[in-house]
Amino acid sequence: MTPPDSIKIAVESLSAFYGPDPGLRNINLPIPARSILGIIGPSGSGKTTFLRTLNRLNDLKPESRIEGRVLLDGQDIYHPAFDVVSLRKRVGMVFALPMPLPMSIADNITYGPRLAGIRNRARLDALIETSLQSAFLWDEVKNRLSSSAMRLSGGQQQRLCLARTLAMQPEVILLDEPCSGLDPISTARIEEALTLLKSQYTVVLVTNNTKQAARVADRTAFFLMGELVEVDETRRIFTIPRDSRTGDYVTGRFG
Amino acid sequence: MRIAPKYTQRIAIALLGGATLLTLLVLLFIILFVLEKGLPAVTWQFLSQAPRDMGRSGGIFPVIVGTFLLPLLAIAIALPLGVGTAVYLTEYTRETRLTRVIRFGTDCLAGIPSIIFGLFGFIFFVVILGFGWSLLSGGLTLALMILPTIIRTTEEAIRAVPNTFREVSFSLGATRWETVLHVVLPNALPGIATGIMLSLGRSIGETAAVIFTAGSALRMPTSVYDSVRTMAVHFYLLAREGISNENAYGTAAVLILAVLGVNLTAYWIMNRFVGRHT
Amino acid sequence: MKWNSETIVRQVLTVIAFSSIAGLLLIALFILKEGLPFILKIGPQAFLLNSNWDPANGHYGIYPMIVASIWITLGAMLVGAPLGVAGAIFLNEFVPKPAMRVIKPTLELLAGIPSVVFGFIGVMVLAPLIRAYLGGPGLSLLAGALILGIMILPTVISISTDAIAAVPASYREGALALGATRWQAVHMVILKAARSGILASIILAMGRAVGETMAVIMVAGNAVKIPHGPLDSVRTLTANIALEMGYATGLHRQALFATGVVLFIFIMILNSLAGLVLRKKVRRS
Repeated sequence: MTPPDSIKIAVESLSAFYGPDPGLRNINLPIPARSILGIIGPSGSGKTTFLRTLNRLNDLKPESRIEGRVLLDGQDIYHPAFDVVSLRKRVGMVFALPMPLPMSIADNITYGPRLAGIRNRARLDALIETSLQSAFLWDEVKNRLSSSAMRLSGGQQQRLCLARTLAMQPEVILLDEPCSGLDPISTARIEEALTLLKSQYTVVLVTNNTKQAARVADRTAFFLMGELVEVDETRRIFTIPRDSRTGDYVTGRFG
Repeated sequence: MRIAPKYTQRIAIALLGGATLLTLLVLLFIILFVLEKGLPAVTWQFLSQAPRDMGRSGGIFPVIVGTFLLPLLAIAIALPLGVGTAVYLTEYTRETRLTRVIRFGTDCLAGIPSIIFGLFGFIFFVVILGFGWSLLSGGLTLALMILPTIIRTTEEAIRAVPNTFREVSFSLGATRWETVLHVVLPNALPGIATGIMLSLGRSIGETAAVIFTAGSALRMPTSVYDSVRTMAVHFYLLAREGISNENAYGTAAVLILAVLGVNLTAYWIMNRFVGRHT
Repeated sequence: MKWNSETIVRQVLTVIAFSSIAGLLLIALFILKEGLPFILKIGPQAFLLNSNWDPANGHYGIYPMIVASIWITLGAMLVGAPLGVAGAIFLNEFVPKPAMRVIKPTLELLAGIPSVVFGFIGVMVLAPLIRAYLGGPGLSLLAGALILGIMILPTVISISTDAIAAVPASYREGALALGATRWQAVHMVILKAARSGILASIILAMGRAVGETMAVIMVAGNAVKIPHGPLDSVRTLTANIALEMGYATGLHRQALFATGVVLFIFIMILNSLAGLVLRKKVRRS
């Protein structure tokens, strides 16, 4: 276990390329354990690209290329000997749009654990219940766990995706604008879940809703055109930012 | 003189509708003609007995068995090859000049006349490899014939699976193969099943590629080295040699019903699976 | 552990992919290997342009079969293409959607009627009619073209319908909003947009017509001679292979493979054409 207040992920001189142009330029960003890091910035600023470098999901695009290092508990996840599958089990992800797999609610939750080799029915059932409870979805679906996940509402689907990620018992949770398509009530549920989760997990939350970062993030990073402009305690970013562009963005002058 | 658009429209609709009606009528006529002439001959004895006197009398039971055995063998050979190839081309390689050449090659072979497959199968499997006229020669020939179709339909079905499903699966710690097995293939299943049923329908009605490779023995096959006769071949021989028009019509009726049955099953499978998790 | 099983899967799939491709390549190469030396030996001209086909006496000219294949295919297109395209337009534009849900599958079912059945109908119904009303032997170029034309109808309709259905609804609505009648919208806007798809369906159907064997053997008469009119008996390239391969040996067998090579080339040309037509459409849009 990583002690509190230590650095869970250290991003060092990270650049990401799609073709010739860098999508990310020389990012240096330490991410403390058991806290929520908010990432804000206008669209196209590289927030999502950055997030996807943390679980190497960008590897799936054949034309992508990475320079620099990303250290998870001090180990470089881009080192050739690093097992990308175990990385993705330790670093879970929730996507921008609710994306349940076309199977039942229960099967969505147990997909990751089963792949990790958990076959014990009782243990899987326990995982289903605890992860759905942590995502504030249990009460709504406990009587229809075997029905299709596609029939849930958008907000429920997104909480299911969060529960699915939790069921893998990851160390880090990446969230890519998880509330972008949701109504205010569903958004509030997810934010509530996140604030409870940070006692156990390291959370990185990309959001295009600056107010959301202000509400839930402990620290906030501001990205602009593939560069990290600044990162600081959320309170400082929103009140006394060091860079004038950060101030302009959080006060809504652009973006 | 210019005709008002309202009238050109009427004329056009009349012509187009007439053409459509003609098409449907001709095709329905063919089916009804065969069924009307053939169904009286189709009795339980016809379906369950062995043919006697070259098919002049008796039933077509071994022929029905051959009709299904041969395509099933072909699918048993072509399905793993075709699905494996499609998975390799879509999930395990990047789009390169090589994959484009392979795709063009499979497309061309998909259009090759079945008689060429028959010619190849006859010389290669029957003569050179010495399998003789047999279930095995016919099955291998048909397998090669339907392979391009299976590769193509599977590829299309796999491509239609949204990429986001793959990303979700990877993000939950799945390897590529686990993703293919648990997410990609289940979602591509209706498309793959359609490809299989189309191939099955095509093989059941196939004559040119079968008659020279599987032969035309009327006995019940006991091994893959035995020759079999399919309904299409039986019908062709009865009709062409003028052995028995009555039994020819009967065989054709059963054959048409079999092909329609297979195709209807294909639709049923497709609709059933498509509706399940959406 | 996991990494290992993944590597094994990848290798197994590579082997599978390359064996199916090798299998398909084997056919192409085998046909070429058996057929090409023969063509080169007797000379392409003597093979393709000579009218004397008499394998017993060493004459291997397939010109009559080439002519017959081309005429029968063109005749079939003359019947099948206009009817098929008209059917596709009518079904897409003037038939209500619920009815389409029944008609389209029905048509696809009809595409599954085995070719021997078409051939038999040709022998039993069509040929006697031709003999009675137009003269000649009945089993003829005309009978072959008509039967093939009917056989390819489902193919033409099915692919053309897809092409027409793929035209964005906004095109149609745009034309109708400008005051066009339904038919004007169809022939001015929709047919233009779906043109290459329709053309491709016709080319693919041509491929099917060139390659059809059993139905043609049954209805076209199979006489090896250059036809002087639609009522003459003819033998196509495919029929030539099917009729003689059972007993051909030596040079004669090679000649049949060489006939296969010619067919192969026909199909390659048609497929490339269809591909070209469709690619042009992709580039334009």
